[in-house]
Order: sequence, then structure tokens, then C-alpha cells
Amino acid sequence: MADSLLNESRPPVFCPGCTHERIVAALDTTFQRMDIRGTEAVIVSDIGCSGLFDTFFNTHALHGLHGRALTCAAGIKMARPELHVIVTMGDGGLGIGGAHLLAACRRNLNLTLLILNNFNFGMTGGQFSATTPEDARVGSGFLNQLEKPLDVCRVAASAGAGYVYRCSAYCQNLSAILESAIRFDGFSVVDMWGICTGRYTRNNKLTPAAIDDSLARLPAAAGVVPENERPEYGFRYRQTAARLPPVTMPGGIPICCIPPASGRNEVMILGSAGQRVLTAGELLCLAGMSAGLHVTQKNDYNITVLRGPSISDLVLSDMPVDYTGTTRPSVIIAIAQEGVDRRKAIWGQLDDTALVLAAADIELPETKARVHRLDFKKMTIKPHDRALASLAVLAGHHQILSADMLNHAIEYRFHGMMRDSALALVHTAFDFYRNE
Amino acid sequence: MAFCFMEGNEAVAWGAKAAGCRFFAGYPITPATTIYNTMLEILPPGGGICMQGEDEIASIGFCLGASMCGMKAMTATSGPGISLYSEQISFATGSEIPIVIVDVQRLGPSTGSATRGADGDIQFLRWGNSGGIPLIVLAPADVKDCYLLTFAAFNLAETCRCPVIVASNKEIGMTRENIDLSALALPEIVHRNTAPEDRPYLPFHTSGENGVPDFLPIGCHIPVRQTSSTHGPDGYITTDPEIIAATQRRLIAKVESAVEDFTCHEFMEAPQSETLILTYGVSSRSAKAAYHQLNRAGKPVSLLTLKRLWPAPENLIRSIAAPMRHIVVVEMNMGQYLREIERVLPNKRISFVGKMNGALITPDEIIEGVHRGRQLTE
Repeated sequence: MADSLLNESRPPVFCPGCTHERIVAALDTTFQRMDIRGTEAVIVSDIGCSGLFDTFFNTHALHGLHGRALTCAAGIKMARPELHVIVTMGDGGLGIGGAHLLAACRRNLNLTLLILNNFNFGMTGGQFSATTPEDARVGSGFLNQLEKPLDVCRVAASAGAGYVYRCSAYCQNLSAILESAIRFDGFSVVDMWGICTGRYTRNNKLTPAAIDDSLARLPAAAGVVPENERPEYGFRYRQTAARLPPVTMPGGIPICCIPPASGRNEVMILGSAGQRVLTAGELLCLAGMSAGLHVTQKNDYNITVLRGPSISDLVLSDMPVDYTGTTRPSVIIAIAQEGVDRRKAIWGQLDDTALVLAAADIELPETKARVHRLDFKKMTIKPHDRALASLAVLAGHHQILSADMLNHAIEYRFHGMMRDSALALVHTAFDFYRNE
Repeated sequence: MAFCFMEGNEAVAWGAKAAGCRFFAGYPITPATTIYNTMLEILPPGGGICMQGEDEIASIGFCLGASMCGMKAMTATSGPGISLYSEQISFATGSEIPIVIVDVQRLGPSTGSATRGADGDIQFLRWGNSGGIPLIVLAPADVKDCYLLTFAAFNLAETCRCPVIVASNKEIGMTRENIDLSALALPEIVHRNTAPEDRPYLPFHTSGENGVPDFLPIGCHIPVRQTSSTHGPDGYITTDPEIIAATQRRLIAKVESAVEDFTCHEFMEAPQSETLILTYGVSSRSAKAAYHQLNRAGKPVSLLTLKRLWPAPENLIRSIAAPMRHIVVVEMNMGQYLREIERVLPNKRISFVGKMNGALITPDEIIEGVHRGRQLTE
């Protein structure tokens, strides 16, 4: 057997008769039985009396936040898979950190969660916790009578924990139970019932025999949960990640075109969700970049995915772009009413130097801009292709975009069939514009 | 030369990778999600770790655990998530755990508008933790800054063992620009100081002048302690007022001295200007446009863009503001950093241009604000 890992200079400081001290001793015995050295284990402790655990052992230790011990433990286990990661938590931490418990059960990282379940908040005055019986007299007045206590073992098993053990902290084989939990290759939970002499038993009669009686009336939780057995999370993560191809920084688009315009040009595409407005905006920027221009694209849309307006604000400039907004657009592409309605204020500000490409089936506010109506139905362009078709028409106008720039952008952005169909669409729209 | 087309959030991820980030955990939230998406693409293939937490509290908790094992770690969120980070940020501050946190700010309060930008968290980032100990907040203005400042954030977090926050904004994070990242010169990567092996290790003992304890990772050859409780050099709880006071002083001093040499600002000086526009973040781009327009029109203004907001670069602000009669603070909120400028420059005329309605502050609004402020001064 290995040496004890107990910290001789910091003996347990629990109230006389507190069950926690037995668990400290059992855990140390387990470390010795398993020949675990202090540098091979980390105790991640929660807040409350269970949060003192890390100080009693000469192991790695992290004492974090209330209910959040499992979060830091997960990071530790992923970073150092070879460590035994033991998490100590009370019934208080269990309640406040419930989401983390459920996630840990589902995730199945190889952590060992020791729940020091003594049915109340010892340190703060014996208030009720997630496991306090309804008929107990605790520090929360009548409030615990109104809430049903949680059966953490049933919760853990149904959430996917591979190992769930419920026992009295007074049981003779506690150290062997802890060993089997630590040896389990996956997330394991040991729910240990004990007695808080400082608070709970002042007003409630609870003895080791009474704990045994209560446990006997509950469904057994005695270790491996067969239906939840599966490979450990970290193992699967590393195995899967190792098969991923390496990723390199995105390359650039070569500069090979001459821009038809100089200065700063702002473009607005006003459409609706599903019309590929953002992709068209990206293509226009790539086209600008292929002509050596500086570009910015910012988008405006509702949080709903396939509903609502979709707007792209674009700036193409021969100088670096400072302000990324569009207040004096050179071009507006208006392909859906929703987009036009969202930007009502802009129309009165346009003068006759501005070009508007607008679908024939939408209403425009009054404007001094030159309006070029596009009958997409006649052009046999589907709603989701309107934005790209408009870019082809814009290239036809040769004001800020050339056909050459647009083709380069499409060649860069798309591959295979996507590229072919995009180029064909642009070709159709371009021809239509020339024959108009 | 070839530009790639990238948004600020992607540049944050690549900046993190370049700085040696090996661990990322996040929870999906607009407008920060694309940082998580990009990290998920670039970290796992090289043996790095990228995880999705069950919530923001878990995500930053994963990062703190990994950082205590010696990995450089980052998380990213927006206003609702930064609120949930708060307790873990206090933990990282008091327990000296290096971490980079990106806040891609969105229009608040609360759920607010997920797809609208703002700089509404600027005071929260400094003061939204228990204890009030300082941390470092950097503010990018564009995609290039997202790359360079995220890199710098890692170096500062490692140097100083503290959280470093990159205060981005939807209008930077989700705005795409042409950029040539490979052309940007990066400084050397900094790693946290490791404790010498020939002496007994005390996890919070400081031997150097910088007031930063030497680091050993959890999992190394001797047991390492970390704790959120008030502790002495040995990492055990203490009630000794002198030890506690010394630690608090050290936590403040180490952050302030770490950023002393990290000047991070852009000053555009116009001869004979009596007005200084002082701003940060995406608003500095509008301010730049206003600066050019005003100076072209023969109305000289100077422009100071801060890229380190906390600790506030007080000496820099004082020296640049010294010859100015009038300061115009521009920010995308209802007046937050304004308070800090009023504190640093108590004897100056200060006016304010700000809004928080989801739209960028326009150059015209800044020009109008400069005129208005000048009239007040005259």
C-alpha cells in the first residue's frame, strides 16, 4: 500500500460527530489501496463543508465556486486526462449546480463525483437543500415542506451517468465503493448519506440506523448502470479530433481586375431572409477585392432564421474604409418589400447620381434616384436568385462593378456545380440586361 | 499580396491560435457564436480542445480548469453571457488564473437585441465582479485589431496571470473586411513564468518585482493548490489582515504595472487643434471620417482612439488632452467611459456624443457634436 495522502499539518476541522470526517478517512484509504500518489490526483472541491476537502489531502487541489466544481473539473480532465479527478460536493452544490450535474452525466468525462449528502446547508444555518425531506425541521421555516426532495441517483442514471452508487457514509465498505467509482472509466456518482451534527440533528432525529432504513426503502443504485455504458468523452474526443484534417488560415483572392469606379461607394442590398442577400454582399466585396479595393460588409437581419428582412450594407473604396455604415449609397439593390420597408429613411436622401435596381413587384418610396426596374418573373429568376441576378445587372451598368470582377468573385467563392450554376445565372441575367 | 475576407470574430480566433491558445469553451450566443465556430474548426485538428458548455458558467469554468493545467484558454460571449461569467471572472482575478475573455457586445439591457451592436458593457467589464480588483480590457476597432489585440490579450494574461477581456462589438465581430493577416507582424509569444524546481513551491509566493506569482500547472511533479478563498502565499485560507491586505495591494499593482509598457492607442494630431475627439471601438472609425472631414474644412480637431480601456491609460489621456480646450467623448452607449474621462480630466470641458439604438454613430453626428461642444467652450 502507498503512503497516506492526508495532510498532517491540516487535520479535518469538522464538527464533532460529523460524517464528513469518515469520508476523508475512507478516501485516503482508497488512495492507498489504489496506490495513487498526490501528484496523480486532483481534488476539486465545491463550497460549503465539502469545500474543505481539498485542504486535508496532499494532492493537487482546486477549490472553486458554489455549484461549479464540475465545470473546472471538466477543463482539468480534458487538459490532463491522466489525472484522477475527484469532485467533492454537498447537497447544496448539487442543487445550485444542477445543470452541470446533468451535463456531466450526459458528457461522460471520467470524473468521480462524491456527494456529501447531509440534507441541509451546514455552514449557513441549516437551510433546506435539494435533498431535505419535506418533514424535516430546518433553517428555512416551513419552506422545505413545500418542495419535494431530489433523488439524485435516479436523476443521474436517467441523465446518462455510467456509474451511480447510493450508500450510507457509515457503511463498512465505503473505501471499496470509492475505489470502484474511481476505477470506472466514465462519469461516476457516489451519493453518500451522512449526518450534520452542527445543524441537522439539532432538530431532527437521524442515526446511521435510520439512514440504513431510509436507503432500504429506495430503489438500489449499486454501481455500473448497464444501459449507460459507453466510451469515455475525452477518449472519444481525442480519437475523433485526431482524424480531422489540418486547417490553414484562409487564403486571399488575387488582384487581377481594374475597378470601374474610384473613391468610396456604398451599396445596400434590401431583401428578405432566404434570398441569399448576405452571399450576394460577400460576392460584391470579393469582386471589389479582385480589383484591389478595400471593402466592408455588415449585415442587418432579425434573429429569426428564415423570416424577416435581410439587408447587407457594403462599402467598396480605393482607400481603407473607416465608417462602415451606409448613409449615401451609390447603389441600392431592392429585391423584397421587407427590406425596403426596414430602411425607409434612406430614400429621401438619394439624389440622381444614385442607382436603384428594384424588383418590378415591390413598391418604392419616392426618390430622386435613377430606378432600374427588374422583372425577375420575365427573366425566369427565382426569388432566392434575385440578389445574384441583380449583381449581374449591376455589372452590366459598369459603374462600380465589372463583369470580370463578378466572374472572378464567383470562381473564388464557389466550386463545382455551385460555381457552374452561379455563372450560368449571371450569364442569363447579363444577357437579359443587354437585350433590354 | 492577396486579401482575405474575414469578420472580426474569425480574426479573434486566428489571433488566439497564433498566440498559442489550446483550449476554447463557449456557449452559442449571437453575435459571438462565430468565434466558437471558428475555434471548433481550427483547434481540434492540431490537438487543441474546443468544447461547448451547458451554459456560460460552465464554459468559463472549463477554461479556468484547463488554464490551471497550463493551457492557454479563451472563451467568448455577449452581454447575457458576460453577466453569467461574473462570478468566475472574480475567481480568475482573485486566484490569478490567466484567461482571455471576448465580449462581442450587443444592444442591451438584458436580452436586448441579439443582432444589434453597442458598447454597453464597458463599465460592467471593469466593475462587474465582486471585490473590484482591476483586470485588463482591450477594445478593437476593426478586424486587424481583433487579430492583434487578441494576440496581445494572451500575452498580457500570461504575463500578469489575470483575466484579459477583449471588448468587441457586433459591428466589429460580425463585420467583414479585406485583410492580409500574414502581413501583420506579431510580437513574441509570452508564456507564464514557471517556478524553479529547486525550491519548495508556494503557489502564490512572488519572488520577482512584477508581483506575479510563478506558475506550476495542476498535474505537475508536485501538488499544486488553487483556491477561490482568501489565501496566503501557500494557497491555504487565511484570516491574517496583513497578508490579506498585502495580497489585495499586489493584485492591483501587478495589473497596473503590467500595462504600463503596453501603450495601445492611435493618436491623430492636427496642428493648432483645440478640440480632441476621444473614442474607442467601432465608433473610432466614424470619428476618423469626421476627423478627415473637419480638418479638410479647416476646422482642426485631433483624434485619440484608445485600445486599452482598463486600467485607464490616465497619463496618456492627461498628456494628450493637456493642450486641448475641449474634449468630445464618443461611444456607442449612453455615457460610460465618459465617466472615466471626467474623472481623469476634472478641469476640462467635456462633451459627449453617444447613442444606443442599434445604429452606428455616424460621422455627421460626431461633427455636429464637435460644433456643439465648441460653442459651449466659446
